[in-house]
Amino acid sequence: MIGALTSFVDELREVGVPVSMVEAIDAAAAIEHIDLADRQALRSALAATLIKQARHIGAFDAAFEVFFGTAAPPESDENAITRLEGASGAAAGGSGGDGAAELMEAIAAALQAGDQESLRSLVRQAVSQLSGLQPGRPVGGRYYFYRVMQRLGVDQMRQQLLAAIVEDDALGQRIAEEDITALLEMLEDEVRSEVIRRLVADRGAEAVARTLRSPLLEDIDLMHATREELARIEHAVGPLARKLATRLAQRRRHGQKGRLDVRRTIRRSLQHGGVLLDPSFKPPRKSKPELVLLCDVSGSMATFARFTLQLTFSLAAQFSNVKVFAFVDALDDVTPFFGPGRDLGNALNQLVSEARIVWQDGHSDYGHALEDFVTDHLDKVTARSTVLITGDARSNYRDPNSAALSQIAEKARALYWLNPEAQRYWNTGDSVMARYVPYCDSVREVRTIRQLETFVEDLILPSTPAQRAVALAHA
Amino acid sequence: MTEWATPGEISDSFKALGYLADEHISQVVYLADKLQKPILAEGPAGVGKTELAVTIAKAADRRLVRLQCYEGLDEAKALYEWNYHKQLLRLQADEGKAWDDLEGDIFGEDFLLTRPLLEAITSEDPVVLLIDEVDRIEIETEALLLEVLDSFQVTIPELGTVTATSRPLVVLTSNNTRELSEALKRRCLFLHISYPSVEREREILLARVPELSESMAERIAKVVRSVRDLKLRKAPSVSESIDWARTLLALGADDVAAGVTQDTLGVLLKYQEDIERAAKELQIPDEE
Repeated sequence: MIGALTSFVDELREVGVPVSMVEAIDAAAAIEHIDLADRQALRSALAATLIKQARHIGAFDAAFEVFFGTAAPPESDENAITRLEGASGAAAGGSGGDGAAELMEAIAAALQAGDQESLRSLVRQAVSQLSGLQPGRPVGGRYYFYRVMQRLGVDQMRQQLLAAIVEDDALGQRIAEEDITALLEMLEDEVRSEVIRRLVADRGAEAVARTLRSPLLEDIDLMHATREELARIEHAVGPLARKLATRLAQRRRHGQKGRLDVRRTIRRSLQHGGVLLDPSFKPPRKSKPELVLLCDVSGSMATFARFTLQLTFSLAAQFSNVKVFAFVDALDDVTPFFGPGRDLGNALNQLVSEARIVWQDGHSDYGHALEDFVTDHLDKVTARSTVLITGDARSNYRDPNSAALSQIAEKARALYWLNPEAQRYWNTGDSVMARYVPYCDSVREVRTIRQLETFVEDLILPSTPAQRAVALAHA
Repeated sequence: MTEWATPGEISDSFKALGYLADEHISQVVYLADKLQKPILAEGPAGVGKTELAVTIAKAADRRLVRLQCYEGLDEAKALYEWNYHKQLLRLQADEGKAWDDLEGDIFGEDFLLTRPLLEAITSEDPVVLLIDEVDRIEIETEALLLEVLDSFQVTIPELGTVTATSRPLVVLTSNNTRELSEALKRRCLFLHISYPSVEREREILLARVPELSESMAERIAKVVRSVRDLKLRKAPSVSESIDWARTLLALGADDVAAGVTQDTLGVLLKYQEDIERAAKELQIPDEE
C-alpha cells in the first residue's frame, strides 16, 4: 500500500499539485484507520490529507481513478465477457453497430432505473466489444473513451431522450433536460473508469497517468485557453482579485497602531485613579488606493483581454475607485460598464459596440493610445493611483511614444505592466516592450494564473513617491 | 477521542440531529477524531460548514467554543489578555510590599483573561473548538493559530507554556475569499463542502421541512439545481433553499409550478439582478 501511495503522490506532484512530505505522512497515517477495501473511504482519506485547494480536486480525482480505480470484476464475470466478445465479435464484424444499439438500449434502461450494478456490467460489456482496445498498443485513454461513446451512439441517445420530453412549461422542460444530462454524465463516468481500469491492467498505472495528464487550472496558458477553461478560470479569479485589492490598499502591518490619542488616554486613565495604564491610539488612517487599468483589447489579445476584463470586473466589485480604459489604437474610458452589480457579458458587449477604441484600422497602436490617455485622462492619475497596463506591447511598427508613458509614470504612485507573452518573444518583431520597461516599476510575464498569483504576492507598493523616484533612477 | 467507532456511526448520530452528512464528510470527521487533526472546511456560503461544527459538538456531547474571526482580530481577543484592572487593584492593596513578591503574583493565572483559544485547551472536559471564517483574518494573524493547531498549546511569555489538558476537536471554516497560508493548511485535514447533489438536497429538505411531500422536495431540489447553474452573483445556499421550501408551503402551494414565481424568488436569491436573470432564463412567470 505504501508503494502505491508514494507513486500516487509522485503523480500528483508531477501534475503540479503541491504535496509536502508532512502531508504524505499524514496520508499514510490516515489510511491506517480506514477499511482499505472501501474505495470511497480511501478517496476521502487521501483527499483530506493530500489536497488543500478546491481547484486541485479535479486533478486528484483523475489520478485517483488511475491508481485506485474500480476493482476488477470477479474472474467468472471476466470470462463470461470474453466469451461474449468472441461470439459477438464475429457477429459485429458483419452487422456493424446492431449489437451496440441493443447494448445502448439496455444501458439507457439501467440508467433510468438507477441500477448501478447492471449499469456497471453493461458498460464493461460495451467497453470490451466496442473500444477495440488491444493490449500493448500505445494509444491514449481518451481515444478509447470517445470511441466507445461514439459507437454506443450516446449523442443520438441524448437527442432521442430530449425529443421524448413531454412537459408543457418551460421550467419543466429545463429540469427534464438537466436530468438527462446528469444521467448521461453518470454513463460517461462509468465508461471512463472502465477504460482506465483496462488500460491500467495492461500497462500499469504510471504509464496510463502520463497519457491522461492535463494542466492544472493555474498552469493553463491564458492566451490559448478554451472557452470551458476560461469559465473555470473565472471562478479562480475572484479570490485573487480580492488579494490584489488588499495588497493595493496596503494596510499597515498587523499590530502597528496609529498615533497616541492623548485625550482618550487621559480620560481612560481616570478609572484607574489617574494612572496612564491603558493607552489609546488613533486608528491608522485608511489609505484609499486608486486603480487605473489600461487594457489592450485588440484581436491578438482577445482571449487574454477577456481574462483581464474578468479580473477588472472582480476588482471593480471590490473597489469603488477603479478606472478602466480599453484601447486598440485609440483609448476610451469604459469605467461605467464595470462596477458593482454589473454583468460581465453585458460589459463586454457594450465595450465592443459603444466604446470608441478604434481609430484607424483596428490594429494595436500603443503610442497613439497612450497619447490619447495623456491628452484626455491624465488628470485622473494622482499620487495615490496605481496604474496597471495589460498588453503585449506589439505596436505594429508604429511610434511607441514612450514619452507619454513616462508622463503617466511620473504622476502615478506605481506603474505595472503585465505582458501575456512569453518573455523570450518580447522585443522580437513589432514588440516594443524594451522601450517601456524603464518607466515601469515592474514588468511581468503573466500567461497563467500561477504567474498572476506570484505577481500579486510579490507586490509591494513604493511607500512614498520620493522613494519611488530613487528606485526608478536606479533602474 | 470520542467513542465513534466507524464513520457510519457518525452519519447516524448526525442524522438524528438533523444534519445529513454525505459519506465524505463523515469520513473526514472520523479521521480528524482518530488522527487528532483540525478540519479545515471550505466551500461557498451557506452549505453548512458552521453547522457541521455545531453538530459535531452536539453529537459528541461536548461544549462548543467559538472564535469568530474578523479583520483586526489579535491575540488579546483570540488567545488571552492580562486583566489590567485587577492587577492594578492588587498592586494598590499590597502597597509597601517588595516588588519581587508582587511580580510573581500579578502575572499568575488569577489575572489572566482566557479568550476562546486558551479556553478551548484549558477546559477540563474536551470541547469542540470552532474557528469561524478564518479567511477573514490577516495572513500575519494566522500565525497565532499555528501553535494551538499542531501541538494544542499556548505559550504565555510571563507564565510559560500552557498545554491542553484535553484535546479539543477543531473545526476551521473558510469561504475562500483569500488563500490561506501553506503553514495553516498543512496542519489541517481539508474538507471541501460544495452544494449537495439533487438527491441529498431532497433529503435535507425532507429532514428540515417534514411537512413537505416527497415529490415537491424533489422538484424544489431540481429547480434549485437549475438556478445554481446560472451565472449569478450569489448562488442560492442550502439554507436559502430550505427557507424557500417553507415559504412555498406557507403559501399553500401544493405544486411547485404554481408557487415558483418571481414573488417567492426573493427568498432564494438576494440580489435584484439575480432574480431578474433567473426569472428570464428559467422563464418563470411574474405573477400568480
